[in-house]
Amino acid sequence: MTVTLFDFLALSGVLFAIGMAGVFLNRKNLILLLMCIELMLLAANFNFIAFSRYLNDPAGQVFVFFILTVAAAEAAIGLAILVVLFRNRQSINVEELDSMKG
Amino acid sequence: MTFTLPAFTPAIPEMFVLGMGCFILLVDVFLSDRHRLVTYWLSLATVAATAWLTVTIAENAGLLTFGDMFVNDSMGNVLKLFTYLTVALTFLYSRDYLTDRNLFKGEFYVLGLFGMLGMMVMISAHNFITIYLGLELLSLSLYAMVALDRDSPAASEAAMKYFVLGAIASGILLYGMSLLYGATGTLDITKLGVHIAEAPEIGIGVTFALGFIIVGLCFKLGAVPFHMWLPDVYEGANTPVTLYVGSAPKIAAFALFMRLLVEGLGGLRAEWRTMLIVLSILSMAIGSIVAIVQTNLKRLLAYSTISHVGYILMGILVGTTAGYQAAMFYVITYVIMAAAAFGIIILLARKGFESDRLEDFKGLNDRSPWFAAMMLIVMFGMAGVPPFVGFFGKLYVLRAVIDAGMTWLAVVGVIFAIISAFYYLKVVKLMYFDRAPEGAKPVAASLDMCWVLSGNGLAILLLGVLPGPLMALCARVINF
Repeated sequence: MTVTLFDFLALSGVLFAIGMAGVFLNRKNLILLLMCIELMLLAANFNFIAFSRYLNDPAGQVFVFFILTVAAAEAAIGLAILVVLFRNRQSINVEELDSMKG
Repeated sequence: MTFTLPAFTPAIPEMFVLGMGCFILLVDVFLSDRHRLVTYWLSLATVAATAWLTVTIAENAGLLTFGDMFVNDSMGNVLKLFTYLTVALTFLYSRDYLTDRNLFKGEFYVLGLFGMLGMMVMISAHNFITIYLGLELLSLSLYAMVALDRDSPAASEAAMKYFVLGAIASGILLYGMSLLYGATGTLDITKLGVHIAEAPEIGIGVTFALGFIIVGLCFKLGAVPFHMWLPDVYEGANTPVTLYVGSAPKIAAFALFMRLLVEGLGGLRAEWRTMLIVLSILSMAIGSIVAIVQTNLKRLLAYSTISHVGYILMGILVGTTAGYQAAMFYVITYVIMAAAAFGIIILLARKGFESDRLEDFKGLNDRSPWFAAMMLIVMFGMAGVPPFVGFFGKLYVLRAVIDAGMTWLAVVGVIFAIISAFYYLKVVKLMYFDRAPEGAKPVAASLDMCWVLSGNGLAILLLGVLPGPLMALCARVINF
């Protein structure tokens, strides 16, 4: 059996959908939320690599390196904010982030 | 194998900001709190020198460099100059506020400079990679700035919400870019534009990608229904940070719309126009109506931003040169007004007193007629009352919309402008016709900041009396 471009795209679509669904369904834990965001970025990476191979164009793979680097920086900042939040509120429950409304 | 050096000249301002940002970060480590003003002045000097560099290299406009990843055109240069102006205003207004709250630290200025670098890269981006890197550099700086006040529960909650929604937006934008890359085989904006213009028919993949890209962009700009982060971030963050988040990034987001949608995906104008019409009307509606019930001025200004975003989108969606010019004029003048509005909130705040509730503005005219007059100018400007500049922003946008044959959309725009006038006038009424509450704090702001605020307010008035030069500038630099 050969793996076609379509299979890669389907996998990346599923990854993206899981990430998106996780962000909106998860009401408990902020760390899960960060993981879901990471999953969405990885889905985009998957697309870039699959297309890059399919089109025989290295630019897509170069982009992936940049995305990975930025994702690492993003995770660092996200976790730092998470620590600050936990210190201030003693909780990382998504449902309790509701002091501002309107 | 040969290797040729790219032309560095077009990117000199960016390199300078990067170098100075790192330098100030280093200098700040060795400064004691007493000498923190050195950081402040160095940052301001950096912004001024960057503006000088941008003007100096402006003759090279139209130059692509770094393998066509970076463009230096006159639209970018003008937008950059206004970005510097608003960043400088942020730094100027916030000094005393930050000092009062023990937040007068190097981080604010270094993050501000790196955020400005991100905006400059966004404005000059000519490739998906540079667009993404600029956007992330700006966003990461903003997340950290919102969380700057580490001991404030509201600020950390706002930072978390901003971070999560901003990261989702980046993910969606990136996914759209990856689909577009697969459909067209290029990451370059010009090649993308050529590919789409020459394609015999638009595939479903490209339209699908367009949807993702519009969602990502509108998240960043704050258009309804992707506006959820905006009110919370504006309210939760410290006012100087709100001023930063609420002003200059809008200019960069406008540049992003021009580069991605107009230059890159201009061939799909009919498709994105329909999407933007819905987003624009929703933004104007939610922004105008929900703002009426707000009691917090920062939150009110957040909804006001959302409704202004609706007008900016309206100028872009027209899809004509006149529309883009009107949108550019609108975004520049809006940013100047927003800077003045948050500047007034900052200058009225004291230690332990945020001055961000509407009732804090009661009877302001009795306490300080000058501040009340400035706030009056800003509120009339935002409401679009002539002769203030907001009127001409709306006029140009609506005229472009009517010229394109969408009179019904202009009517919708006018209706929501009238509705939003209600809450701007409510602020004016509170200042001039209500009594100050007992024990209201007297107004005491540093003299230099009062001068800056006066200049800012007079600019709103002057641009309103003489909108011609700025509009001519916008007309000269936009020729798509």
